[in-house]
Amino acid sequence: MSENNIICHDNLVYDKTRVMTDKVLHYCPGCGHGTAHRILAEAIDELGIQGETIGVAPVGCSVLAYYYFDVDMQEAAHGRAPAVATGIRRVMPEKYVFTYQGDGDLAAIGTAETIHACNRGENILIVFINNGIYGMTGGQMAPTTLPGMKSSTSPRGRDTSTMGNPLKMTELVAQLPGTYFVTRQAVHAPANVRKAKRAIKKALDYQKLNKGTCFVEIVSNCPSGWKMTPTQSNKWMEENMFPFYPLGDIKVPEK
Amino acid sequence: MKELRLMKGNEALAEAAIRAGADAYFGYPITPQSEVIEYLMREDPARRTGMQVLQAESEIAAINMVYGAAACGKKAITSSSSPGISLKMEGISYIAGAELPCVVVNVVRGGPGLGTIQPSQSDYFQAVKGGGHGDYKLIVLAPATVQESVDFVKLAFELAFKYRNPVMILSDGIIGQMMEKVELFEQQPRSTHEYEWATVGKKEGRDSVIVTSLQLQSEEQEKVNLRLQAKYREVEKNEVRFETYECEDAEYLFAAFGSCARITRKAMEMARARGIRVGLIRPQTLYPFPYDDIRRLSEKVKGILTVEMNAGQMIEDVRLAVCGETPVEHFGRFGGMIPSPDEILEALEQKIIGG
Amino acid sequence: MTEEIIIAGFGGQGVLSMGQILCYSGVMQGKEVSWMPSYGPEMRGGTANCTAIISDRQISSPVLNTFDTAIVLNQPSLDKFEAAVKPGGLLIYEENGITRKPERTDINVFSITAYDESVRMNNTKVFNMIVIGGFLKVRPIIELENVIKGLEKVLPERYHHLIPLNKKAIHQGMEIIKERHSLNQA
Repeated sequence: MSENNIICHDNLVYDKTRVMTDKVLHYCPGCGHGTAHRILAEAIDELGIQGETIGVAPVGCSVLAYYYFDVDMQEAAHGRAPAVATGIRRVMPEKYVFTYQGDGDLAAIGTAETIHACNRGENILIVFINNGIYGMTGGQMAPTTLPGMKSSTSPRGRDTSTMGNPLKMTELVAQLPGTYFVTRQAVHAPANVRKAKRAIKKALDYQKLNKGTCFVEIVSNCPSGWKMTPTQSNKWMEENMFPFYPLGDIKVPEK
Repeated sequence: MKELRLMKGNEALAEAAIRAGADAYFGYPITPQSEVIEYLMREDPARRTGMQVLQAESEIAAINMVYGAAACGKKAITSSSSPGISLKMEGISYIAGAELPCVVVNVVRGGPGLGTIQPSQSDYFQAVKGGGHGDYKLIVLAPATVQESVDFVKLAFELAFKYRNPVMILSDGIIGQMMEKVELFEQQPRSTHEYEWATVGKKEGRDSVIVTSLQLQSEEQEKVNLRLQAKYREVEKNEVRFETYECEDAEYLFAAFGSCARITRKAMEMARARGIRVGLIRPQTLYPFPYDDIRRLSEKVKGILTVEMNAGQMIEDVRLAVCGETPVEHFGRFGGMIPSPDEILEALEQKIIGG
Repeated sequence: MTEEIIIAGFGGQGVLSMGQILCYSGVMQGKEVSWMPSYGPEMRGGTANCTAIISDRQISSPVLNTFDTAIVLNQPSLDKFEAAVKPGGLLIYEENGITRKPERTDINVFSITAYDESVRMNNTKVFNMIVIGGFLKVRPIIELENVIKGLEKVLPERYHHLIPLNKKAIHQGMEIIKERHSLNQA
């Protein structure tokens, strides 16, 4: 059997979504960003809203997200994506607007913007990638770094008595009347990927109802920052991150 | 017939934003400019034109909302006063870097720090030298009357879109708080054009639009800087605006901007009544600055006094203009103190005529 | 014609709105006008003041330190602004607010009992219109009909039924203003 016989449409079981560009992702091997990008892009594609979607990229590892999503995108200053998205949605109320932010961007420098966009119930989707570390700048402590977890700025482990406690942003925004759908997902295993994608698709779909902010946290890994292999990092995530950041819906629309 | 009204500077400016066809205002209250957002909330322009008005959680959020709306090709405006403008500087730098049009109003109060809520011109440097990080310029308009506060809003949007650059209206507490007669221009349309640089949703057959100020490759960032510099040369060539008063026979020259130029004009009238032939140049654009025109005027006079409500900021640009060939001195009050016409006249006599 | 006026008193006496009404009336008469509320150290001591300028010509400085007319409604304002009246200028004071009489002899001085009059009219809110009436009697720079037109602009429509009362107050002010010192007699 030749190569050409194998590469044919009938045998196609998996392909690249057209809402992602052909740019090669710069993410480290084993990082969850690639999968998270993909399911968001697939959700946009399946809803048929590529031409109606405007995305906002953060500062952090996913700063170049605008190269990968084949939708119109804006690059926001560090932490300001929810404010930028507010500006967009207020003047383009018929569009689908999402932000894609990491934990430093969303839960440290952008805390005010996050809380207030959610509190106003801006009709946007916030995708929050929580891997408990600052990846891009080289593995410093994040607001979501677990107690005792080592990073380059908590080399002896996070001492909560001096460095504060990890911030559970998702539980926090779920309390606000402005949020409509708040959930915590993961993308390290096929079943989780499918669930996370369903959550994102639902969140985007809700946007046309104008009922408030949808907030999807994805607990993810950082093999480079955690100094582990991808497999080790996923195991560590299951054993340490999930108990602290339990997966599942936190706030769902009332039936 | 155009509409005549007696209006407070801040309120007139807010009305002008509606009439200029602004799509959105994002702001945060701070004295002495809160009347802008108060007027807009009271007036509810969504009802009149569809313009969106939002009180943000901070000046930082407000300028980033402006960024988001501007990147959609919409007319976005924000206003604040000095400490709030410092907070906005991050966003302003990003807007300049991403080459987006917007209007930022600074109703200046005295500083540094929390300073005072009284009028000042101490943010001249911040406004004309960029203000935030990186090599960039804001086009800076300095109104001296309530009428100019109105007219400059329309002009600011025109310049912002012509050059895809943030435009600052550098007002102050005097112009913001005083009432004068104004003629309001006709309602202008909101922005409905889909600009090719704007994120409006990717259309079939075109690449996605990316609005960013980030270039990780130095060669690419240098290209951005060169493009910005070329644009600024165009602005400098085309957009210098100023007014002169009684300069034809002047032996001495005042240079002042904004409200301070009005007080200086009174001092000029008093001086002329005493037989002192003094004129006044009032830059209306602080960037681009009328270097050539000041140099031309300086050739005929024995000395120039800049009058500013700061410790001497515009004087540096006036000195650059005259290249050391004409004496240039400064008279200023600061910290919210307003110079009186007779103080200014006294300073002219002591520092320039007697100096 | 240029009339540079300072109006000063306690907060709540309608000082700022008096300036605005004069300016709006000036607009109705086709004049250039400028109104500037008190600023800087002048705001201290519980006094409010505003500068109103009405002129045939473009107005240069909205901020002044000498005035053609000072209208002072309390003692701190008299203390502060008596000296700021230009020689030959006009000072109007409210008698109830004053404990020490003006001393200058190089200006025209008038007094008014606007508060007593407003009580007689059963409406202390017209206090400032009585003062405006007194001022316009001495300095008839604006015609009464333009003051009424100005009021129509300043007042929301639901208060327009009060305009006749305000008109009466202006007339009363014109009646009761008293000359205290005149340069013509001196």
